[in-house]
Amino acid sequence: MSEEAGDLERFRSTIASWIHEALPEDLRNQPRTEDSICWGGKRWQFRSESQRHWLERCAERGFTAPRWPEQYGGAGFTRAQEKVFREELARAGAPTPLESFGLWMLGPALLAFGSEAQKAHYLPQITRGEIRWCQGYSEPGAGSDLANVQTRAEDRGDHWLVNGQKIWTSYADKADWIFALVRTDREAPKHKGISFLLIDMESEGVTTRPIRLISGKSPFCETFFDNVKVPKVDAIGLGRVVGEVNRGWDVAKHLLTHEREMIGGGARGLLGGRSLGDFLGSLDEGILDDPALRAEAMEVEIDTLATALTLERYKDMSESGQGAGHASAMLKYMGTELNKRRYELLMSATGSDGAEWDGPHGGLAAEWLRTKANSIEGGTSEIMLDILSKRVLGLPSA
Amino acid sequence: MTSLLPTEDEGMLRDMARGFLDDSAPVRALRENRDRGRAWDPGLWREMAQMGWAGVLVPEAAGGSDMGHRAAGILAEEMGVTLAATPFLSSAVLAATALRGAAHDRLAAISSGELTYALAVDEGAKHAPARTAMTAEAAGNGFRLTGRKCFVADGSSADRLLVLARTAGRPGEAQGLTLFDIEAGRAGLTRQVQATVDSRDHARIEFAGVEATGADVVGEVDGGLAALGPALNAGQAAMAAELAGLSTGAFAMTAGYLKERKQFGRTIGAFQALQHRAAHLWCEIEVTASAIANAGRVLDDTPDEADLAVSLAKARAARTARQVVSEGVQMHGGIGMTDDFDMGFYMKRARVGAEWLGDYGYHAGRVAQARGF
Repeated sequence: MSEEAGDLERFRSTIASWIHEALPEDLRNQPRTEDSICWGGKRWQFRSESQRHWLERCAERGFTAPRWPEQYGGAGFTRAQEKVFREELARAGAPTPLESFGLWMLGPALLAFGSEAQKAHYLPQITRGEIRWCQGYSEPGAGSDLANVQTRAEDRGDHWLVNGQKIWTSYADKADWIFALVRTDREAPKHKGISFLLIDMESEGVTTRPIRLISGKSPFCETFFDNVKVPKVDAIGLGRVVGEVNRGWDVAKHLLTHEREMIGGGARGLLGGRSLGDFLGSLDEGILDDPALRAEAMEVEIDTLATALTLERYKDMSESGQGAGHASAMLKYMGTELNKRRYELLMSATGSDGAEWDGPHGGLAAEWLRTKANSIEGGTSEIMLDILSKRVLGLPSA
Repeated sequence: MTSLLPTEDEGMLRDMARGFLDDSAPVRALRENRDRGRAWDPGLWREMAQMGWAGVLVPEAAGGSDMGHRAAGILAEEMGVTLAATPFLSSAVLAATALRGAAHDRLAAISSGELTYALAVDEGAKHAPARTAMTAEAAGNGFRLTGRKCFVADGSSADRLLVLARTAGRPGEAQGLTLFDIEAGRAGLTRQVQATVDSRDHARIEFAGVEATGADVVGEVDGGLAALGPALNAGQAAMAAELAGLSTGAFAMTAGYLKERKQFGRTIGAFQALQHRAAHLWCEIEVTASAIANAGRVLDDTPDEADLAVSLAKARAARTARQVVSEGVQMHGGIGMTDDFDMGFYMKRARVGAEWLGDYGYHAGRVAQARGF
């Protein structure tokens, strides 16, 4: 065993015994459901004392953001260490201590573009689960054409005056702060007049309204800004623009890459960990004798396996420094289109049982409907294909 | 687990292979072979053997380069890009794997390129080894082989044949089959060219009481499928790699054409209807490439558990190649239909390659079986 591998094995046993000691017994091996997730935030109601305890124990060691530097509340793990950490969590049946848009999206953007003071203030709040963030990107007139954002932030000397409307802001009604794309220069070309602004949702003039989707209740909201004053430098001396004013599109693109990989990878972990074959085999006898369904299932299974291998290959590429900017567009496009096919298959296989809200297959129908958004959110499949045809194939603009 | 990324050596092998094939075996060479009425160029195969390609799966002790299945996949893939016609799959992959435990002199001759093999397994229009009906009756101290084989790749030109015949049981039973290794000129054996659309060497072979001895048996009597299994997996994975390379080659040609061809006063690649179809094909090729890399990895690391990985690769590669060549002809328009243009060669090889050693349905079925449905 190499010295490096030996170190990693010692690290593994340290992590394993720490989890063994810190993880409350009643959190072990619980299925991950919408209700079991710990999102954190000022108004967060812990599901149990154990959930609070687990978050606090993890946060004090930086384990909610294992890869972030220690001075910002992370654990400073290498990629290999993070992998071991996640493997040990899985082995112990431990839930992820904290999930949030702060961890997934804002944090990476701040690490890449934030000022030292912004990082020192906002990142530890995220890792401790104190502040819950939401993302203000899309608008009624800025969907696929995201750079067309019209929500404007006027320069009023010591503050920005924000007016406009965002849509598809997940959990806006539960979030404490929002990171938003706003137009700070209306004369400049559309990509060059956008800024990435941090806004306190408790500011006067911010209101939210939930949106009901075809899948039933949803976390999506509309968010309205009506003469909202955002200080240029706030009471604790922090600027509220991330990166440079009018250069917010760079931040937005960086963040979208993370979001696309997340959405594209969502096809895993379905069926409560069971394989497609097991699941279909557990249904009505003879379902796999239906030749059309069987053919569809075989094709979906082949593509699922090959797509998982592609995620693995691209991860290896990115870890060895051969990452390519277009990867997220390909993985998002293929992953989400496949996920839709998987759910169509599951709906066909479960028949009238599956078509029932909260029937014998629980929330399957709602999940099926929700997958239809996968190929829209974070950039539609058509936008992904546009990106690939220009960046990878070098085909000319229309 | 081993990474799916190529090692530095494998990267160099690919670059070297690409350079050599671009110079020595471009698609034009396939056209010339066809027009001269030959399936492949013996001179080219000798050069490849000198570079260690013919011995890619032959142990070093027998004079091979023994680079492994990932390397064999890389070579097959690069040959697919330019449609290079050689006995690589039949001799260097299938026979070398089937005979790996055998006498060194034959392996050494495979490795040096002097000896070529063909696998005679199919008897009908679909690959189905268990349905083998050809008999090998006990006769004296040996056997007498009677029956017909078809779709024998490199069968007209091969020096020796690996033949699967029934020593017991009935067609449909996986047991009772025996694998023979015999020279192609043996009495009672007649070969007839089966002119397939890809202009490669395929043959129908008739066995009228061909005599074989116990020394001709590979593996155990009645254990032919076990003896042949690893070789079939290796051949299927290499064919999948060739189809993936073929897809890459056909796609590059198509993407190039989209940037050149002008209609309505603009480059046709500026039309979104074509852009999206082209980008989709690129994605399919990328996903298939992962399945190919995985098959090579599993064949090298855990060859006894390779069925799933191999069939996944062959199923994906067959489907992707079909999509890419169909779209390739369509996007080229009328010129894609002409014999003067190379796209047709890709389409024809994709059709034959997809069938050889099991079509999409055969391999999808093996995936389904391995995955529990």
